[in-house]
Amino acid sequence: MDWTFWLEWVIKGLVLCLILLVGFAYLTWYERRALARIQVRVGPNRAGYQGLLQPIADAVKLIFKEELTPSRVYKVAFLLAPVLTVVPSLILAAVIPLGTSFNLFGRTITLYVANLNVGVLYLTSIASIAVYGIVLAGWSSNNKYAMLGGVRATAQMISYELSLGLCFAIAVVMGNSMNLNEIVTAQKDMWFAVIQPVGAFIFLIVTLAEVNRAPFDMPEAEQELTAGYHSEYSGMKFALFFMAEYQKMIVISMIAATLFFGGYREIWFLKDTFLSVDRAWFLGPIYLLLKVIVLLFGMIWIRATWPRIRYDRLMSFGWKVLLPLSFVTAFITATGILLAQEFDNQLYLYAIPALSIISALIAVVFIYRDLRRKSHGRI
Amino acid sequence: MTSELIVFLVLSLVAIASALGMLFSRNTIYSALFLVLNFITVAVFYLMLGAPFIAMSQITVYAGAIMVLFLFVIMLLGAEQMTAPDALSWQKPLAFLLALTLTVESVYLIFARAKLDTVITAPDAATNSMENLREMAMTLFDKFLLPFEVTSILLLVAMVGAIVLAKKEKGARAKTSNS
Repeated sequence: MDWTFWLEWVIKGLVLCLILLVGFAYLTWYERRALARIQVRVGPNRAGYQGLLQPIADAVKLIFKEELTPSRVYKVAFLLAPVLTVVPSLILAAVIPLGTSFNLFGRTITLYVANLNVGVLYLTSIASIAVYGIVLAGWSSNNKYAMLGGVRATAQMISYELSLGLCFAIAVVMGNSMNLNEIVTAQKDMWFAVIQPVGAFIFLIVTLAEVNRAPFDMPEAEQELTAGYHSEYSGMKFALFFMAEYQKMIVISMIAATLFFGGYREIWFLKDTFLSVDRAWFLGPIYLLLKVIVLLFGMIWIRATWPRIRYDRLMSFGWKVLLPLSFVTAFITATGILLAQEFDNQLYLYAIPALSIISALIAVVFIYRDLRRKSHGRI
Repeated sequence: MTSELIVFLVLSLVAIASALGMLFSRNTIYSALFLVLNFITVAVFYLMLGAPFIAMSQITVYAGAIMVLFLFVIMLLGAEQMTAPDALSWQKPLAFLLALTLTVESVYLIFARAKLDTVITAPDAATNSMENLREMAMTLFDKFLLPFEVTSILLLVAMVGAIVLAKKEKGARAKTSNS
């Protein structure tokens, strides 16, 4: 516990925060450009080369904007809410491994801030606390639209949290550990998304709901609620909500990559070549970045193409479809791994993707029939 | 050891202050928030005792899930401002008396027990918590399987009961929706 240890810690924490902040700034640019391309527009391309300085211009604008605090708000909660939203999205990333380790000045520097043995549980607990900021923002604004947005966000987040927890459990069972580092190492031979594609798919859907992204962005549905829980916020306080949302997108993509897509590791068939992270440590963060960019593009793509789900359908989708399906997939995964261990036969592992895809298809058939029956019944 | 003591003292101050704040704030939302803070400090106490699993579960279950539901209900009912209690005024002295008795009893018991050499030792720090987790799971599903299952059935029954109650209320509300 000498001073270099503390120094290393502080530097790593600062670097992580910087990565997330820069990532937030450029994610806004990336999203606007990608959305524009999908909608056959050009997007922001004036500030700097290809609009690369646009985030800086936006930041300057937001800082100098007039900050308004409505007179009838609950002051303390109103000021606290943006902070409570941003902090969880920042500290969530602390347990995610960004790479292996390297030597610098005779010290082994590991590429993660905290190597927590209950890393997955840490993620669930911070994710469950992240709701408070939004609830408080909605309530303290003393505005019906904001309040409704806050209530919607809470209901949605606590409903989808259950499926999220089960997806975490699937990854924990497959990695045989709650340590995110060990989960990544366990994916050396095969990504978990290949063994359990349905689990990965559910995870991606649920994360969309957790960060209130389209098509699950009911809390901010403009046509119904103006801007939802942050209707009354302006200037830098609004920027904090904005920041939290985009940072959550980045972090949750990092988590998805870590749990199901091999984290900082290379694709499994490259594992003994010179492209492996075991040979070159600096490839770790690059691989993770590539995976995060691909996953983020998926989120943007969905936002560009899908309409919002109606709120009652959103709830029943979470409770009646995703939750049972994630229970089934968790059960199949655990049973398959247990049987493979008991009989020492890897064939049982192949049953996991097959059976879970079959159950997912059954779920799709049920949804389809239900929707068809409803649409015929109404007209 | 000294740094741990300092952390403990600061944390206990926070815990006591947040508990008092929970009791005395006039706004129920702030009460609930103080309770969340209290739960989180308790979780940090668990961390200090080398039980990260319990700490994280504490945050997830109590600070996360349960208190969010509390807040939800408070907001939906619009019961933020507490009105002065008048009908139940006789409860106040009784509550003080009972609380005092409980405090005296527990303090007495703690000091009586402290004489015995039953020092509770914390398990080996956070370093091998995954092993702890395995051991915990083994004890839970091996030694205490029956109580565990009974507890889960109890929870299931409570859940079914809650759903049944909610359903009835829905029917009743439909009749008097204009009130």
